[in-house]
Amino acid sequence: MTRRFSTNLTALALVLASPALAEDQLNALVWCDHTDPALLEPFEKANNVKVNVKEYEGTAAGMAILDQSAPGDWDVMVVDSVDVARVAAAGRLAPIPAEALPTADFFPELVMAAQNVIDGKTYAVTEKYGYNTISFDKTKVDPADMEDMAALTSGKYDGKIGIYDYYLPVLGLVGLGQGVATADLNAGALAGLKEPLMALRKASRQVSDVVSSQTALATGEVDIVVGGGEWLTAVLAADNPNLDWTIPKQGGLRWSQSIGVVEGAANPDLALKFVQYIVSPEGQAALAQSSCYWGMPANMKAGDLLSAEAKATLRWDQQPDYLARAQLYPIPDAATDTAMQDLWTEMLNQ
Amino acid sequence: MSREDRLGWGLVAPALLWTAAFFVLPFLAMLALSFAHMEGREVVHGFSFGNYVKAFGDWSQLKALVNSIEITLTVTVLSVLLAWPLAATIAWSVPPRWQRAALLAAILPFWTSYVVRSYSWALVLGKTGVLNRGFGLIGLGPYEMASTRFATVIGFTHFFVMLLTLTIYANLVQLSPNYLRAAQDLGASRLRAFVHVILPLTLPGIVTGAFVTFTLCIGDYITPQILGGNNELTLPQLIMLQMGRGGNFPMASALSVILMAVVTLAYAACARWLRLDRL
Repeated sequence: MTRRFSTNLTALALVLASPALAEDQLNALVWCDHTDPALLEPFEKANNVKVNVKEYEGTAAGMAILDQSAPGDWDVMVVDSVDVARVAAAGRLAPIPAEALPTADFFPELVMAAQNVIDGKTYAVTEKYGYNTISFDKTKVDPADMEDMAALTSGKYDGKIGIYDYYLPVLGLVGLGQGVATADLNAGALAGLKEPLMALRKASRQVSDVVSSQTALATGEVDIVVGGGEWLTAVLAADNPNLDWTIPKQGGLRWSQSIGVVEGAANPDLALKFVQYIVSPEGQAALAQSSCYWGMPANMKAGDLLSAEAKATLRWDQQPDYLARAQLYPIPDAATDTAMQDLWTEMLNQ
Repeated sequence: MSREDRLGWGLVAPALLWTAAFFVLPFLAMLALSFAHMEGREVVHGFSFGNYVKAFGDWSQLKALVNSIEITLTVTVLSVLLAWPLAATIAWSVPPRWQRAALLAAILPFWTSYVVRSYSWALVLGKTGVLNRGFGLIGLGPYEMASTRFATVIGFTHFFVMLLTLTIYANLVQLSPNYLRAAQDLGASRLRAFVHVILPLTLPGIVTGAFVTFTLCIGDYITPQILGGNNELTLPQLIMLQMGRGGNFPMASALSVILMAVVTLAYAACARWLRLDRL
């Protein structure tokens, strides 16, 4: 290798490496809605930082990724709000200053101190929420029927129902149909849910993940998705205005996700800055309309930045009523969680 | 040890180290984990057959294994039946200078993403999909094809026919046409010559492709997840179900060990004819 060639190579390496040297890096363990460039780019530009995202599904999978990583590998983490305590107890989340968060601007129900604050320390902040209820095509289904869960197993819609493939919200919904509050859903109560769950399964055409559920509803493969909600239909609303969702009289479930700073983050100040951006009105508006799935922002001030159409799709004006009628996800202990999963497996393989 | 032996070990050592580091050790770790159990949300290491007892003793779990084997065998047999005539047509009926182009055309679908291909099949087989629209034009249907085992088998077979075509073609082009001529000179009919001469000689290509098909198919999660509509669970889906929120890694490990055992049995059954160097 000639000296000149070697010098050129070194120069090239420096040029290639220069963006990394100029920018800070923030590593985020997230759900798919945080991968939307429309959400990340304003923060990256404002702070001259590159946000590296890795998607995960399921709290255990997220914790497994953290287990396999070195301290400092991850800066922020999105987590199911009902699992914040579990992740914090495992020492994976660092306390964040409560006064640095605009929770005074939040919908009061979404502050969720019982989930995000442990022993007086704030470990995460709610960023987005929505409902697991019933999505449907209003041109093929009588919307009045969807106000009562009993219609699902009445025989009228046999073979036209899809079930969202996540046992927590669907078992929660089946429980509500039987008059069991999500807070009372334990291993004992599960026995009473087996029969209605199997009846729902018998009436259904498929049990599918987010994309497959959306595809099935959009193509008419199914007319109803149990466990759906705005997160399922909103991204399809422009092309399929017939798709709708409702909370039946028995109630619905409220899902919510939180974001926190990972314990041992390499750049905790930047991590907190990112959390603050996500819960700011600008971050909240972008997150609410993420290309992966939509959801209501926890921060009410995001409403000023959302279009009238977007607010209509999210049912902004109905939130007080919806929040009053929806219950929080079940928070099962380990034994109940296992029993739920076994029942779900049995249902899938019945 | 002779100099030649040392040289041989030296040459083989990198491959052995690679295999030990990235297959043997992870497998042993997974095997050890399969004997652990969960206490609350914590993995407790130990030696218990509890996960295996549940896997074989609980019908809803065992059914996933049965479903996987049934689907895999169906796909493997169907793929062989479709790939052999395709490979034979390319090898024997297409002029040599066009054979490369024909093979390229046969494997074109490989160039698209596996996930995209699966979702495409879901759209094709749907209630308002291309197939049902076609049936509608001649007054038939609509048929419920999406979210069924049929859809899963179609998605898999589409993929594996391409793979098997390559392995069988590689076998066929090496066969001298003189074998067929000799058999017919000796009085064999075309059918008899095919059954007793050509088919046995292409068996290594068929079995090699079939084994690879079996291995890839039984371990696949994407296709049954997208096309099967979760109307029945396969073993990889059951493994994923253990991992998601619950984090039951011991049970997931036990199911994975069972999956590997099934593949090992398939290998043992095919070993006599396997020619992996044909891949």
